[in-house]
Amino acid sequence: MPHLYETQRAMRLRRRAALQRGVVAILDVGTAKIACMILQFDPSVQMDAQEDMSAMANQGAFRIIGVATTRSRGVKFGEVTTMEETERAIRTAVQAAQKMANTRVDHVIACISGAEPRSYGLTGRVMLENGSVMDYDVGRVLSACEVPDYGHGREAVHAMPVNFALDHRSGLSDPRGQIGNFLSVDMHLLTVNASAVENLLKCIKRCDLELAGFASSAYVSGVSALVEDEQELGAACIDFGGGATAVSIFLKKHMIFADSVRMGGDQVTNDISQGLQIATSMAERIKTFHGGLVATGIDDRDMIEIGGDTGDFDRDRRRISRSELIGVMRPRVEEILEEVRACLDGAGFDYLPGQRIVLTGGGSQIPGLEGLASRILGQQVRLGKPMRIQGLPQAATGPAFASSVGLALHAAHPQDECWDFHLPSAQSGAQPLKRAMRWFKDNW
Amino acid sequence: MSAIDNLRARFGLSPSPKGKQDYSPSLTRYRMERIWLTPLYKFLVRTGLPLAVVLAVAWSHFSKEENRIQLMQSISSARAMIEDRPEFSVRLVEITGSSATVSEQVREAVSMEFPISSLRLNLKELRERIESVDAVERADVYLRNGVLEIQIGERKPALIWRGQSHLELVDASGERAGVLSSRKGYHDLPLITGTGAQDHVNEALVIWAASKPIVNRVRGLRRMGERRWDLVLDRQQIIQLPVRDPVAALERVIELHEARDVLGRDVLVVDMRDGRRPILRLSAPAMEQLYRLRAIADWEGKT
Repeated sequence: MPHLYETQRAMRLRRRAALQRGVVAILDVGTAKIACMILQFDPSVQMDAQEDMSAMANQGAFRIIGVATTRSRGVKFGEVTTMEETERAIRTAVQAAQKMANTRVDHVIACISGAEPRSYGLTGRVMLENGSVMDYDVGRVLSACEVPDYGHGREAVHAMPVNFALDHRSGLSDPRGQIGNFLSVDMHLLTVNASAVENLLKCIKRCDLELAGFASSAYVSGVSALVEDEQELGAACIDFGGGATAVSIFLKKHMIFADSVRMGGDQVTNDISQGLQIATSMAERIKTFHGGLVATGIDDRDMIEIGGDTGDFDRDRRRISRSELIGVMRPRVEEILEEVRACLDGAGFDYLPGQRIVLTGGGSQIPGLEGLASRILGQQVRLGKPMRIQGLPQAATGPAFASSVGLALHAAHPQDECWDFHLPSAQSGAQPLKRAMRWFKDNW
Repeated sequence: MSAIDNLRARFGLSPSPKGKQDYSPSLTRYRMERIWLTPLYKFLVRTGLPLAVVLAVAWSHFSKEENRIQLMQSISSARAMIEDRPEFSVRLVEITGSSATVSEQVREAVSMEFPISSLRLNLKELRERIESVDAVERADVYLRNGVLEIQIGERKPALIWRGQSHLELVDASGERAGVLSSRKGYHDLPLITGTGAQDHVNEALVIWAASKPIVNRVRGLRRMGERRWDLVLDRQQIIQLPVRDPVAALERVIELHEARDVLGRDVLVVDMRDGRRPILRLSAPAMEQLYRLRAIADWEGKT
């Protein structure tokens, strides 16, 4: 964990530098599209943030000055498979966004949708030294968490203190200054596949960009698509992406669980392409234009031309009815939702006070998904669009941009993570020296 | 992507050369674009580079001597061409408001060759030159229809100051208004003399005005020791006036003269410097006469 702590801390420093410069880019590398947004921060509002404010509060006044999306290439299941291609796609998006913003960005905050996120609940408990909770104690209790052996080749992206408890009082969000004997913390740790992350980082680095932050798309789409009450009372956000469907559960304004299903809109397109024997691009087209999940009588008569670009234009005039298309799409969507259900069951979503489920992401635009999802996942399902942020063009307000917008919000108001606190002593070598210096200062 | 390209891709061949180019920017282009979006570079290329080119060209051109000379020549010839146009030429000078002698002095001071371009005239400097002539108190110089008009306000001489070898006219403010060789023509002006006399012309004029009743006897005023005045009368009589309030003292003497005819007697000096009483200095014969009279009076008193 020290290694991770250092890298994440370095990223926080870079993020601070980027905010001081006033411009930071966010990059959502998805399977279907790559979105790049350039945020401009208002320096006058930033002035309020003090040096010692670990929460990085009051850095919220930003607007979006450049947005670009491009077709994603070389990404499968939310993971980079062909670096060269992905790098080109990132370059395309970043260049277009820079052109729109008419400024150059050097710092980028990225999110990744796949990479097999796994979440762990950690608890730590320390005895307080002087009867009340100091800043130092918060760091101490965080470092006292027993970190599970999450395996070689995995890396933590989020480690958020979700809940503090002081003696028998639980549910504290900020225990500092309070009086008690034992401080314990519940921390949510999210790990992802390290190689997937490193591949993405390499792509970003090859575009001459510096990484100033990294987030899981499950988390950030929850941040943007869930309203405040839902985050408070407990809700699940399901982000139907192209290659992966991200699931995150929020409670008390903190993410307590995240997972992703390695299936998404691309699999639906694939099914159409294979089932109807047409090209992928055509399949994608008829999916978006005519797709649906609930067949009615009129759909039998609604004929769709699927004559592909196969070369013999004269003969290939195939037509299918819309109900046939629905018949292809529905099983796959059902399968995805079943997987999501399994994720939620594994996380114990049923025991949360709120049972709200919010569907977002590009795949959530399939007509009839809401009904299907409510049948599989539970009664309280709604379709969520990301919240509005300043300067966002109309074209980028759809549910497909939930994680991009969430990443922008995350860039402006990051939640406290474990590495925002000064972890005590023992791990770093400079500390004993410092202690010796202090001893000299006190005694001479 | 056409069907043939699909096939080519399936067999691992690169797409046909005529196929669509990759739309993504090349790394070089991407980097160039980013450099271009850097404000400093943008400024340097957009403003700095043209400026540098222009400066370099100008510098290399003018570093050659003959080019510089040519530029100077063309500038001066263009200037001369404009200046020499008939619209700007001044042919005449007209001096008004002064006597013939002063006009002559002014003409000497102006000393220009006509015609001259009005653009080359510095009227301010010309005016200062004219005003430096003694007899000129104020000069207005202006151009009108190619004529240089000089309107002169002469100094009005109020006094004559006699130096060791010459006479000067002095106006009421103490400024020199001309040099004379003789008092001819200025007999009515009071004469002053002595060092520092010019600096106290006002006082002299007031004393002169106060001496009106005996004006036909006054020869002039003499500044004594740079602090007080003597009124010099004919028959070598002198009225010594005090430093403070000389006019009152003079009036007192005049009163005395009107009552007792002091100045008509054989008195050399009426000394008013002691404020309490006038002191008279008699001539030697008068003194003798006085002693004789006193002796007679003494003798008569004894008997």
